[in-house]
Amino acid sequence: MTKIIYVEHNGTEHEVDVANGLTVMEGAVKNMIPGIDADCGGACACATCMVFVPAEWEAKIPPKEDMEITMLDFCEHTQENSRLSCQIPVTGALEGMRVEMPESQH
Amino acid sequence: MSGESAGRARGIVIVGAGQAGAQAVASLRSGGYEGPITMIGDETYAPYQRPPLSKKFLAGEISFDRLYIKPVEFYAQANVELVFDTRAAAINRADKEVLTGNGRIFPYSKLLIATGSRVREINVPGFDLDGIHYLRSIADVQGIQSKFREGARLVVVGGGYIGLEVAAVAKKHGLHVTVLETADRVMARVVDPIVSHFYESVHRAEGVIIETGVTVSGFEGNGRVEKVDCGDGRLYDADFVVVGIGIIPNTELAVDSGLHVENGIVVDEFARTSDPDIYAAGDCTNHPNGVYGHRLRLESVHNAIEQGKSAAAAMTGGALEYNQVPWFWSDQYDLKLQIAGLSSGYTQAVVRGDPEAGRSFAVFYLKDGMLIAVDAINRAPEFMMSRLLIAQKAKLDPARLRDESIAMKQIVQ
Repeated sequence: MTKIIYVEHNGTEHEVDVANGLTVMEGAVKNMIPGIDADCGGACACATCMVFVPAEWEAKIPPKEDMEITMLDFCEHTQENSRLSCQIPVTGALEGMRVEMPESQH
Repeated sequence: MSGESAGRARGIVIVGAGQAGAQAVASLRSGGYEGPITMIGDETYAPYQRPPLSKKFLAGEISFDRLYIKPVEFYAQANVELVFDTRAAAINRADKEVLTGNGRIFPYSKLLIATGSRVREINVPGFDLDGIHYLRSIADVQGIQSKFREGARLVVVGGGYIGLEVAAVAKKHGLHVTVLETADRVMARVVDPIVSHFYESVHRAEGVIIETGVTVSGFEGNGRVEKVDCGDGRLYDADFVVVGIGIIPNTELAVDSGLHVENGIVVDEFARTSDPDIYAAGDCTNHPNGVYGHRLRLESVHNAIEQGKSAAAAMTGGALEYNQVPWFWSDQYDLKLQIAGLSSGYTQAVVRGDPEAGRSFAVFYLKDGMLIAVDAINRAPEFMMSRLLIAQKAKLDPARLRDESIAMKQIVQ
């Protein structure tokens, strides 16, 4: 299990333990954390699971593939540090990672 | 009367434990509804995702527990009563009760029908032989997986999403795969011929035999299917068969209780049926769509999720209008097909990219110049931009759509 901290747009924090091997998206959805919709269930098909990943964690997660880059490019609230959380597998290296959520997923 | 209903507080009852029902539960609780919720499902499992069944789950790439929409413990934590292995048999609208096949009675204040759909069965001689499978549930997939071994001969009946996804996974597992499709091309119901022919060529390049314009007339075998007969002299050897010829909405409960049903349970944009205490969401509904200006019955996760949200709002006195551009996806080999909108009635198909040159292109569907749908193969920008433009009823210049030097974000003049 790895501790991930999800921060809602209004600042509310949710600290949960996520099983390694699941994705950051699954950690949120399975713990009823609002702010991540994940309509497609993790197929990188819908871009409704965006999070902002602070720069210090970037090196510890796999780089974006083309599909994720282009999906993010069309999301309303995309920033430099946006990721689709369904494309981030949870590993021990992410212990204590904070991810922030956008105002909305549409 | 079983007497079981005595003393039970009336609350929200959800018939169907699929994507729409699960979304309604989540939306009810996150929306602050604290009353009783009972969910009745005819399978053994808490609500799970179906799209991966014909993709990553069939391929063995994800485990069973990752299919769950919410963890099983969630329902207990959220104080939701889950009733499994139980089929709702009737709705007594006068007394506001759901009666189940095993004699239980569930009184409701509000009822959500989220019964989804079931597979269309093939009705030809030999249909009941062993080794003929369908794909709709976890149990179905487990049955198919038990036949997956290298060199086995699989005949897929139906060249739609399910059939082609199964074919792709089976081929990757080293099976000999033949797909038989009645129409003159695969996915004929949902995509343009350009896309159909592209998918046919990809499957053939991967080693799948695709036969179109061929109708299965019967199955032969001694207890177990051995051959698939097409009645025109063509006979295909099979160790097992997967039939994927469409789904049928589960509307019997609604019909029998006198609700308005017409190609699905008729609801308004707030998921309300013709009974003020009964709502419906997901595959089983026929609902208005403001983008297209007519009613739709859709078979998709997006539809189930968004209507589930609308139903939850409406059952608790709110109003969340469901009025969105439908979208769908299919994963086959390294191809991600993303479809936005519905192309029916298009007057012009515009291709961006070269289907002959690689594995990435898009087909835009215009109706009198207005974008109504897109099929995007490994083309996320085309898909994402089109979702916005279809909602805006944008008129687009075909020449600009074809011109790949113009980025999708600049496609509107």
